[in-house]
Amino acid sequence: MITATNLTKRYGDFTAVHDVSFTARPGSVTGFLGPNGAGKSTAMRMMTGLTPPTSGETFVLGRRYRELPNPGRHVGVMLDASAQHPGRTGREVLTLAARTIGVGPTAVAHGLATVGLTDKEAGRRVRNYSLGMRQRLGLAAALIGDPEVLILDEPANGLDPQGIHWMRGLLRGFADRGGTVLLSSHLLSEVQIVADELVIIGNGRIVAEGTVEELLEQQGTRVRSTDDAALADALTRAGVEVTSTPAGLLAQTSSEAVGRIALDARIVLTDLASGSAGGLEELFLTLTATESREGIAA
Amino acid sequence: MSTAAPTQSAPQTMSSSTARPPVDVSGDRVPFVRLVTIEVRKMVDTRAGLWMLITMAGIGFLVAGGLVVWGQEQDHRYPTFLGFITLPLMMLLPIMGIMSATQEWSQRTGLATFTLVPRRGRIIAAKVAAALVLCLVLLAAGAGAAALATLVSGGEFTLTGISLAGVVLTALVFTLQGVAFGAAFLNTPIAIVASLALPTVWTILSAMISWMSDVARWLDLNLVTGPLTEGTMTGESWAQLATGSALWVGLPLVIGSYRILTREIK
Repeated sequence: MITATNLTKRYGDFTAVHDVSFTARPGSVTGFLGPNGAGKSTAMRMMTGLTPPTSGETFVLGRRYRELPNPGRHVGVMLDASAQHPGRTGREVLTLAARTIGVGPTAVAHGLATVGLTDKEAGRRVRNYSLGMRQRLGLAAALIGDPEVLILDEPANGLDPQGIHWMRGLLRGFADRGGTVLLSSHLLSEVQIVADELVIIGNGRIVAEGTVEELLEQQGTRVRSTDDAALADALTRAGVEVTSTPAGLLAQTSSEAVGRIALDARIVLTDLASGSAGGLEELFLTLTATESREGIAA
Repeated sequence: MSTAAPTQSAPQTMSSSTARPPVDVSGDRVPFVRLVTIEVRKMVDTRAGLWMLITMAGIGFLVAGGLVVWGQEQDHRYPTFLGFITLPLMMLLPIMGIMSATQEWSQRTGLATFTLVPRRGRIIAAKVAAALVLCLVLLAAGAGAAALATLVSGGEFTLTGISLAGVVLTALVFTLQGVAFGAAFLNTPIAIVASLALPTVWTILSAMISWMSDVARWLDLNLVTGPLTEGTMTGESWAQLATGSALWVGLPLVIGSYRILTREIK
């Protein structure tokens, strides 16, 4: 469980994070989504005690991060996979983390196996690692204390498609065992599939939050029929706002309501789905674009 | 101007966080000794760090070998060997201290270090302790080299004209100066240049300006540690050691600790 309450960070005139409140719950993966420079990393650093907030507070497992005597046992953190000493071997990086937390050397071998780094790779210096390997190493370090909470900044960065698939499975399993996962990304496609809940942030503010389904529903319903013109007419008469898109009609109501109207008008539907074409991507772009132009929450 | 959307969930957030008891942390402890051993390990687990220490120890043996081969007969005494061996060591110890302190920042490993140990003061203390431990190891190597050289040259084992405790204390002061400079600048090259240049400039200035040479007897770290290694400490020289250390060790350490404790770690 992670909670942030009215979290704000200002640097002089610039507000990096503005009044951000949300909860990441046990058993679910929360995606922290926003374009570059939206304030995701700053918010995550505030959650882990690296950056003092200007105002507001965060709790991890009901405590302030800095009040955890041995945080590695409860919270796995990876904020930047490339922030590792290039002269150390992968195994040494993990060993340092394991020793600090106080878990035995078996944890290192176990951690390497979990993230799929071979013995040979673990013996190489981090300097020679690809970004994907560094991500795996960082994830192993985050997992090494067997935590209940994971805080990961852009963990899918640099991973190949197999790697992303693997990580998705790993995080899903972690959440299904009752863990809390908060991960950030600027790529919606990465987050959309693994996250149960989304917190979308733009220019330091939360512009939308909720489950993936809820957010898609807000986007309206995309519908195609054998007679789109008649359907558009029927929807308009029912007081539903309709726009025509290349992918079909976009109705600002639930899919159930669209279905009922079509039934009453005796129009055959060929396609009916929550959310507009491009799914959340469009929502994400719309929300963050509005935000960056006008600086007010949508 | 907070909008309704982001703050909507705030009341739920607060009630749900109070409903759940905070995580049990009663068994959690990271003993200080563990942190010190980890900081020592961090100094030797990279090629650069390991070779710097090997070189520092090796220089002692080189100096000793040179003295045995080319030195004069009357110099083949344990205190002379030790004095010559510790001379380069005293110059290199601050650099070792600097590298210990700046490592987390130059390679950004601080992100991991300070998320695992959020109480940053403990890391500062562990780094100080680790640098002092390594300093003692290097001194032991130097003392070994001096003993070997004395043995090989058939020289005299005495301790006249040198104070072992004084040498150890001096070495610790110089090491600590390095850690302090490293912490104050948080940047390896700048800290090394500053730790070499500032005292040198100070020494040159005090040689040129008469009133400064009076001040220097109280504030020049090389001058105030002189009687310490020679074992000729008086009440006044202890006071001078205290003032000199306060300026070159205490002040940068205070500045550095403040910076590390308050700095945002990125």
